[in-house]
Amino acid sequence: MNLKGLTITQIKKDIDSGKYSYEELISETRKTIEELDPKLHVFVSRTDEKAQQSGDRQLAGIPASLKDNFNWKGTKTTASSNILKNYTSPYNATVTERLLAAGAFFMGKTNMDAFAHGSSTEKSDFFTTLNPYNKKHVAGGSSGGAAAAVATGMSVYSIGSETAGSVRGPAAWCGVYGFAPTYGRFSRYGLIAMGSSLDRPGILANSIEDIAILTEILSGHDPKDATSIDEPAMKLVEAINSFKLEDLGGLKLGVPKNFMDERIDSEVRNKVQEAIDLLKKNGADVKEIALFDQKYALAVYTVISRSEISSNLARIDGIRYGHRSSEQAETFLDQIAYNRQEGFGNEAKQRSMTGAYTLSAGYYDAYYKRAQQVRTLIIEDFKQVFQEVDLIIGPTMPMNATKIGDAAKSPIFGELMDELAEPSALAGLPCLSVPVGFDSKGLPTGMQIFGKQKDELGVLKLGRIWEILSE
Amino acid sequence: MYQPIIGLEIHLQPKTKSKMFCGCDAAYFGSKPNTHTCPVCLGLPGALPVPNREAIEKCIKLALALNCTISEESKFDRKNYFYPDLPKGYQISQYDEPIGRGGFVEADVDRDAKRFRITRVHAEEDTGKSLHQGDKTLLDFNKSGVPLLEIVTEPDFTSSEEVEAFAKRLRQIVRYCGISDADMEKGQMRFELNISLSQHANELPDYKIEVKNIGSISVLKRVIEFEIKRQSGLLEKGEKLTQETRGLKDMTGETLSQRTKETSADYRYFPEPDIPKMVFDSGLIEKIKAEIPELPQEKKWRYVDEYKLDPDTVEVLVANRSLLAFFDEMAKGNNELIVEATKWLVGDLRRLTKAHGVKLEDSKVKPEHLIELVSLLNEGKIKSAIAKEVLTKVFETGKSPIDIVEEYSMTVIENSDELEEVVKKVIDANPKIVDDYKKNPNAAQFLLGQVMKETKGQADPLVVKELLGEILE
Repeated sequence: MNLKGLTITQIKKDIDSGKYSYEELISETRKTIEELDPKLHVFVSRTDEKAQQSGDRQLAGIPASLKDNFNWKGTKTTASSNILKNYTSPYNATVTERLLAAGAFFMGKTNMDAFAHGSSTEKSDFFTTLNPYNKKHVAGGSSGGAAAAVATGMSVYSIGSETAGSVRGPAAWCGVYGFAPTYGRFSRYGLIAMGSSLDRPGILANSIEDIAILTEILSGHDPKDATSIDEPAMKLVEAINSFKLEDLGGLKLGVPKNFMDERIDSEVRNKVQEAIDLLKKNGADVKEIALFDQKYALAVYTVISRSEISSNLARIDGIRYGHRSSEQAETFLDQIAYNRQEGFGNEAKQRSMTGAYTLSAGYYDAYYKRAQQVRTLIIEDFKQVFQEVDLIIGPTMPMNATKIGDAAKSPIFGELMDELAEPSALAGLPCLSVPVGFDSKGLPTGMQIFGKQKDELGVLKLGRIWEILSE
Repeated sequence: MYQPIIGLEIHLQPKTKSKMFCGCDAAYFGSKPNTHTCPVCLGLPGALPVPNREAIEKCIKLALALNCTISEESKFDRKNYFYPDLPKGYQISQYDEPIGRGGFVEADVDRDAKRFRITRVHAEEDTGKSLHQGDKTLLDFNKSGVPLLEIVTEPDFTSSEEVEAFAKRLRQIVRYCGISDADMEKGQMRFELNISLSQHANELPDYKIEVKNIGSISVLKRVIEFEIKRQSGLLEKGEKLTQETRGLKDMTGETLSQRTKETSADYRYFPEPDIPKMVFDSGLIEKIKAEIPELPQEKKWRYVDEYKLDPDTVEVLVANRSLLAFFDEMAKGNNELIVEATKWLVGDLRRLTKAHGVKLEDSKVKPEHLIELVSLLNEGKIKSAIAKEVLTKVFETGKSPIDIVEEYSMTVIENSDELEEVVKKVIDANPKIVDDYKKNPNAAQFLLGQVMKETKGQADPLVVKELLGEILE
């Protein structure tokens, strides 16, 4: 049985035609995991023993996985960090809850950069997830385990999260689809926070239809998240299935000039240009546009996300849960300091410290406040551009999967790798990365599509047309 | 002479069903530790706050009742600091856009109305509680996330009397509006005090002493008196006072130094990203405004004016919800008797209920009973000594004063034949006094007393005196 590239829809057909049973599918997936996981390091913990075959519900029997920053009652939820290594969650994230209610069968929880701080999983406190196409390269991050799981058939779909490019990036580097909806479309309740004003759960999958199916399940207002969009669950699948290649005609696509300049690796540019040409040939109205340069988004993103991180990580103090130091502390503050000093990795410490700095008295105006002002300008910039074009397309990442060890070369490696994702992340726009082929080393390249707020359908429409084109 | 300069911060626990940012029951007081908790108020990874509409509306109501301007837009901020009973590592509070700003409260000091300015009113969450047991510290998170409304005043107070009058008035306001029970014993109203002494009029001192966590108005008053004495003592010795935080030593008002602040803490405030900005439309504000009843200060002076009551008596009325309700019931259509009836209400009836541990609203004495009692007195049907007895019987039995007076034949003895007989009887029984009377007319006082005793006070002493004179002559 070939598990690679399987989709929810395909499995339903195969089961109906008696090709295999759910039990066989699960057991085949187990075998694949047992063979590949020791080589690629995808799972932080396995949960298929706990997973339940739940009748004929929509997602029942479909092997899936969950990024380790989503709370799932009764399972370890570590965010790939030492400080939460032994933390068993007593509650469900809304995402987990909704998927379980739809019958989700989780094979395990996937590896990530600890607390999602990174773009390669090299900042995981446990291990690095390797690229399924080349083990000298990383799978990307922070949802690297999720992307590698979907690329290898260890999961049919996987739930990730993104603050800038943590879903899109690894999807691009592992050659799968990666989708993050409008900020607030999927509830953040129970997702361990990184940057609260930016975080959004996302989906890694092998087809646009699967993304649509899962978006229908995950969307819909959540009263537990005050930033949740107050709209009912989306209806997408029918529309997605109705799209044809001809629907490309007249679609206005913008390619930001600054996303395709010499700062972007030429192999990536070439692949994306080929894809753009193909879209043009098939009727898309493609034009070059000018967006605020990504260097501003990078600066704004770094300041805002790190400020929020410094505050969000404060709760992990080892008092109620998490690592407790055995040092004899004399005061409360000393106890908390020991717990955090021993429990947190360098990346978390570094981000907490820069974030505390940018929020501190005397610096707040120069950094955090200024960053918020520029963020508003970026959002306005997008509004202007979306009066001219329907969707924006360009490379997902500035280069293809990096080599193991590259992350150590810059203290803001994560932010640099995500520079093309940061502008749309700051504006909370729905976005998708689609695979557009392989480079000379055989590594996948991704192209991203993003649209205006709440236009998930538009983004997925182009994704679906691309899917048809590439078949 | 030093001039005290005093400002207050008050924390109120509003009466809400659930906590500030989660669905846990806010009525935690007296519950087993850590039974009113959930992922949100325990600060578990991934949990998110959702603001409590009821608490925010109560905050708007409080701000309106304190004559503040309501911001059209308001937001929550994070106040970051580490403490074991602060589960998220930050408190969700309001920094630069509080719900209400620039109000005032009027209260009477020595019968004069004084206005004390309110700087701001905002909503926030409470922390958990640390319990120190030997070398261990236990944490109880029942209180964590309970809504708090914070009121900050301008440094407008110059004496403990002013602070007391203000604090009592504030407590009445929040009770009148149904914002909070302000039950001090349950920690629902707590004070923080800023106090310093100015050596020259109109000059602000260069230091400020902060006293935290004061849980009662009487202790607050004692702390102020203690601090004025302590600080002026030090200043007289020529010592220079500096910024300092002090805590209560005990309930006597004595304070102890907790820390001297060299630098102020940096709380790294920033807007709470988990909660969108709040926008209050004028419809909501008007709706809340309409729910605010007449407040004690206006009520007091209206009553003084309308019923010609003594201000101090009305102060007692407005301070006590059941007395006030009783009064309002009595006042219905009884204007000419109300002053007398009110004296009976705040005097004898209140003493009776207190002595028997009965709530006024549960007492058998009804408002119409007091009116009846006063009207019996006015008509001369009973004497005031008897009236007290009548009230006690009404209190015991719930029967009306008229019925009591009849049942126990307590009316004034008007029939002079009957009275004459008693007088004669007393004269006959006291020949020695009658002899004395011939030398000293004052001896009649004794005979008068005897007659009153015989008649159980139901006789009119003036009539008795007259009769005694006639018969003895």
